[in-house]
Amino acid sequence: MKLCLALAQINTVLGNVQKNLEKHLAIIEEANSRGADLVVFPELSLTGYVLQDLTPMVACRPRVDDPVFAPLLAASQRLDIVVGFVEEDVRNRFYIAAAYLSRGKVLHVHRKVYLPTYGLFDEGRFFAWGDTVQAFDTSYGRVGMLICEDFWHASPPYLLWLDGADLFIFMSASPGRGVTGKEVLDSSRWVNHILRAYASLYTSFVAHTNRVGFEDGLNFWGQAALYDPNGDLLAEGPAFEEALTLVEIDLNQLHRTRARLPLLRDERTALVQRELNRIVSDRTHFSGR
Amino acid sequence: MKTQVNLNINTDLVRRILTGFIRSEIHRMGFERAVINLSGGLDSAVSCFLAAEALGPQNVLALRLPYRTSSPESLEHAQMVIEATGVQSHTFEITPMVDPLIEHFPEMNSLRKGNIMARMRMIVLYDQTVAFNGLAVGTGNKTEILLGYTTLYGDSACALNPIGDLYKTQVRQLARALGVPQVVIDKPPSADLWAGQTDEGELGFTYAEVDKLLYLLIDERYTPQECIEAGFDSRFVHAVVERVRKNQFKRMLPPIAKLSNRTIGYDFLYLRDWGT
Repeated sequence: MKLCLALAQINTVLGNVQKNLEKHLAIIEEANSRGADLVVFPELSLTGYVLQDLTPMVACRPRVDDPVFAPLLAASQRLDIVVGFVEEDVRNRFYIAAAYLSRGKVLHVHRKVYLPTYGLFDEGRFFAWGDTVQAFDTSYGRVGMLICEDFWHASPPYLLWLDGADLFIFMSASPGRGVTGKEVLDSSRWVNHILRAYASLYTSFVAHTNRVGFEDGLNFWGQAALYDPNGDLLAEGPAFEEALTLVEIDLNQLHRTRARLPLLRDERTALVQRELNRIVSDRTHFSGR
Repeated sequence: MKTQVNLNINTDLVRRILTGFIRSEIHRMGFERAVINLSGGLDSAVSCFLAAEALGPQNVLALRLPYRTSSPESLEHAQMVIEATGVQSHTFEITPMVDPLIEHFPEMNSLRKGNIMARMRMIVLYDQTVAFNGLAVGTGNKTEILLGYTTLYGDSACALNPIGDLYKTQVRQLARALGVPQVVIDKPPSADLWAGQTDEGELGFTYAEVDKLLYLLIDERYTPQECIEAGFDSRFVHAVVERVRKNQFKRMLPPIAKLSNRTIGYDFLYLRDWGT
């Protein structure tokens, strides 16, 4: 089976959901006309990234009666869509979220689990933590979604892998950092290292979108990427420019790679659980929360 | 054994980001033009080249604002930058603005005179942003900002600062790549507030030396002791660390005494780019 995936790296208007929605709809139309089956937008693509006190004003709910999601769900009749947004739950907590829309339905919502709150990041001040990591079924197989810091911890991608994901969709609004003599920023190199590692270790497809543009002095570097189960880079978007990067992937590559390298077959899930239980129970070697 | 410090930057990448920044931050505020004070020095030359590249030289106004004791060379160097970039320009002598205040206080020292000149230049800059319908582009580098080698509400006043995250050493690399005239790159850095003034003469060390130290302290988060172990002189390290601390006030908005439930800067939190 073939999947034509469109990686949309867009600039956004900070806090202007309506304008960002219009851009989404235009890009979705373009992706559809170019034959895409699935289009993926970056983290917080409907709102912009450094929201701070704008957060409550830009929040919405991924439902058919929501004025932001209604046109997106209508568009998802033609191709699957992944969008980034601020979700307000029924008890008025705000999450950095991603929604997978297909054939007029919200198939899945992922709420960002790890909220960086150090250095230049301040997400934990404004948002609630998500507390689930789950793969879900789509027309193209089982998929998992993670948002930026989520994939900087090894555990969420591992959980998705065990939960059956063969396509990992990672979305970022990653600020550019680390100018050196190299042609790319440190932040770009860091991300690509781990994308490739996940694709190789989980013998799965890994797609990543990152936004472009500026917010105050922060730059966002784009460079959307798709890695195949062999850890090979199949497609890459340009740096610092808006772009819609289309790539057709052969899902049967999963069969060929996993025949060569049966890491999934050999994964000892029960051993990991047993050792984790031991570690978590042992108060003398406290690791993490 | 001195620790090797690599301050090299990829100038194409930096240029790409900085021109994008200038274009984005000016356009989203509803402007298309920029105004810049051009001193004849390296930093303002680089900012001018970047602004011209980002916006088109016709959309940049460079101001030469000499005082009677300003070096003629500085004026010439500024003119070379104007010609090399093709930007619009205006020259205005600030002496009649400055001298009445200086003459009023016979005991006035160099520091006060220098501050007056820097702030007068900023009055003209901001007046011209209205006349030209642009935003003021800053010219301060990371070294100066960290050392506090700026005049509060003088040369540090601007609407956006493209080179504030580059050390002086890195600005020089960028200048070469941009095509800044060689004479501007080669001359000793100076704020040009009085005849013969040089930055390094006042600071007591070279930019090249302090950039390496600042890079370790700030970017690599070395402790002062680790910097000493890396080969820097102990007194130099402690003097720089203290200088960085003492000048924090120049880097911040003035603190507002919190009284209400929501106070600007504490819990009224929005980017400048809010809504744009």
